[in-house]
Amino acid sequence: MKATAPHMGRLDLVLKDIFSRTGIDFVMPPRTSAKTMQLGLRYSPEFACLPLKVTIGNFIEAIEAGADTLLMAGGVGPCRFGYYAEIQRYVLQEANYKFNMIVLEPPAVGWKLFIETLRLLAPGKSIYQIWQIIRISFRKARIMDKLEKYALKYRAYEVHRGDTTEAHKKALEIMEPAFTDMEITKASEKAFAVMEAIEKDMDKPVLRVGIVGEFYVLLEPFVNLDVEEYLGHMGVSLERSVYLTDWISPSSKNQIMGISDEEIARAAKPYLNHFVGGEGLPSVGHTIIYAKEGFDGIVHLFPFTCMPDTIAKSILPQVSRDLDIPVISFVLDEQTGKAGVLTRLEAFVDLLASRKKHRELARV
Amino acid sequence: MYFRSAWGCNLALSATIGIPQALLYYKYFPLWEGFLKGLGAEVVSSNITTKGVVNTGTSVAENELCLPVKIFFGHLIELKDKVDALFVPRVISVEQDTYTCPKFLALPDLARAIDVKLPKILDPTFNTRLGKRRFYNSIFEFGKLFTDSKYKTWRAWQSGLAAQKAYQQKLLMGIPPFEAIHGGIEEVSLTGDLRIGIAGHPYNVHDPYINLNLTKKLKKWGAQVVTEEMISPKTLEHEANKLPKRLFWSYEREVVGAAFHWLQTRSVDGIIYILSFACGQDSLIQVLLETEAKKHEGIPFMSLVIDEHSGEAGLITRVEAFIDMLRWRSLS
Repeated sequence: MKATAPHMGRLDLVLKDIFSRTGIDFVMPPRTSAKTMQLGLRYSPEFACLPLKVTIGNFIEAIEAGADTLLMAGGVGPCRFGYYAEIQRYVLQEANYKFNMIVLEPPAVGWKLFIETLRLLAPGKSIYQIWQIIRISFRKARIMDKLEKYALKYRAYEVHRGDTTEAHKKALEIMEPAFTDMEITKASEKAFAVMEAIEKDMDKPVLRVGIVGEFYVLLEPFVNLDVEEYLGHMGVSLERSVYLTDWISPSSKNQIMGISDEEIARAAKPYLNHFVGGEGLPSVGHTIIYAKEGFDGIVHLFPFTCMPDTIAKSILPQVSRDLDIPVISFVLDEQTGKAGVLTRLEAFVDLLASRKKHRELARV
Repeated sequence: MYFRSAWGCNLALSATIGIPQALLYYKYFPLWEGFLKGLGAEVVSSNITTKGVVNTGTSVAENELCLPVKIFFGHLIELKDKVDALFVPRVISVEQDTYTCPKFLALPDLARAIDVKLPKILDPTFNTRLGKRRFYNSIFEFGKLFTDSKYKTWRAWQSGLAAQKAYQQKLLMGIPPFEAIHGGIEEVSLTGDLRIGIAGHPYNVHDPYINLNLTKKLKKWGAQVVTEEMISPKTLEHEANKLPKRLFWSYEREVVGAAFHWLQTRSVDGIIYILSFACGQDSLIQVLLETEAKKHEGIPFMSLVIDEHSGEAGLITRVEAFIDMLRWRSLS
């Protein structure tokens, strides 16, 4: 079995780590590129959301690179994501590709099925061994997420442009080969030391901005046009509402991001009183929490026709008015031009900076 | 007419409540009307969709929303000065382990978020996922707005259910929803040399503005029109279960079930699938239906994507060509 899975941020590193432990060949598809997008678009339904199109492209490239088993997550709705795997299978079969598909349905569909699927992915391992593998891999993944969180927050303070990106890359390279618990602890210390060593100017005036929206778009830099790095270089310290391990893990605590699902729902209640699938409720809840914490602005990203975040976008103008926080929404699809998005972001950041300056002057 | 201030106090018996003629109106109007009337309220529904309704709806709605939701907003605005309150229930789930559309889950919140002052919005929650007891609790909770008597609420709900049952019986006989609600046709004579199955959400298939009068035109051209309402729920359920993974959206299960049924029994000459642009479910269902249709040779399948910019001429040309093609096939 040569397994593969679509790209989503650093998910490839996590899967590579897990499969090196379970003893399955993992074929990493080439990183998402314009070519991936083109391949995906050729076969995808016209107005499906962007993640479906891109992941179909990933699968095609992976099959061409020799993979024969596609791994995909399932779901129970109401977001379309829960039915992605089925559509991918239909579409790829229609395009005459030969493959197997393993869909990891969440335990909500049935524990038995969930455990059977895990067994398929870790042949010959006992439940206890599988649990150990997941535990240790998740520990490593959480450390990588923390490194990312650090980079997002402190990129704005760097003295030499590009240092943070460089250091982040190096830190991930340090983390990658760590295998045992001991090695992970050691690598983690070393990786954080690399990040701490970045020369920073903590007196620099920076803006604090929250990034909210749909998880795939937030996690996959190719799709979000790398806005995080761009904002960081413009002197914006970022807080992001989704991290990879928070999203994969079944817990509702959101360890890395630090705001639990209950808090999010409570915050959003006056504006959106029920979850709507995907990140519809979190997008609204996070915006409110960030506004109350005194952030300077919110950037909201989601794919075109995404149902949950379209709902969030309809509600956010009201939140923005009531809580006096600027919000900018970007709807991304295959037609989105990078220059257009960056120009609008730049204008938004200018607006935030002048707003902040005026308020500080008024306070003096 | 008077409102007492807080929740838990009773609305005056003469309160007028508006139900927009959009979205789930086509599915549940008799139920809601019977329920509200049983509680002592007066029920007003908005008029049929017009260009003006679409324009007001589109001007207040978020760009990315689908046309049916935009039209829903238009109907809310049309009703706002005529009623004391608007009825916008949060329909979360209508059968075990499924959802409706995410937009229905947030409909009252979306209605409150539009930039127009609306009357009070009544938003009872209908959710069968949590079991019968919680379902009825939320109905009793809603009933408290009108009456302190649980029994009265229960009776109102039962009379709603009875009306709904009669309505569904009429639909099953082939009477279109509008006529089934307002009267007019009592018997349906299915004539015509072609039988066309129209698949899609009821709010697209039965709103003559959204589908640019498609059903009437088909009838004028001498074709019979059949829709999902004319198939028994049991059959729909059975057909929809043929999918390898159970669909978790109820209304889409019905759309898929209907199309699969027609294909399976070869009971139609062709299928026209009406979908709204930017509809999340439709974008995926389309793949399932088209793949299935390809397996059944001899039943042509056409998808019509509709949004607020759809022009009637373009649609007519395509449907005419489709009908001509069907007739030509039956000749050869």
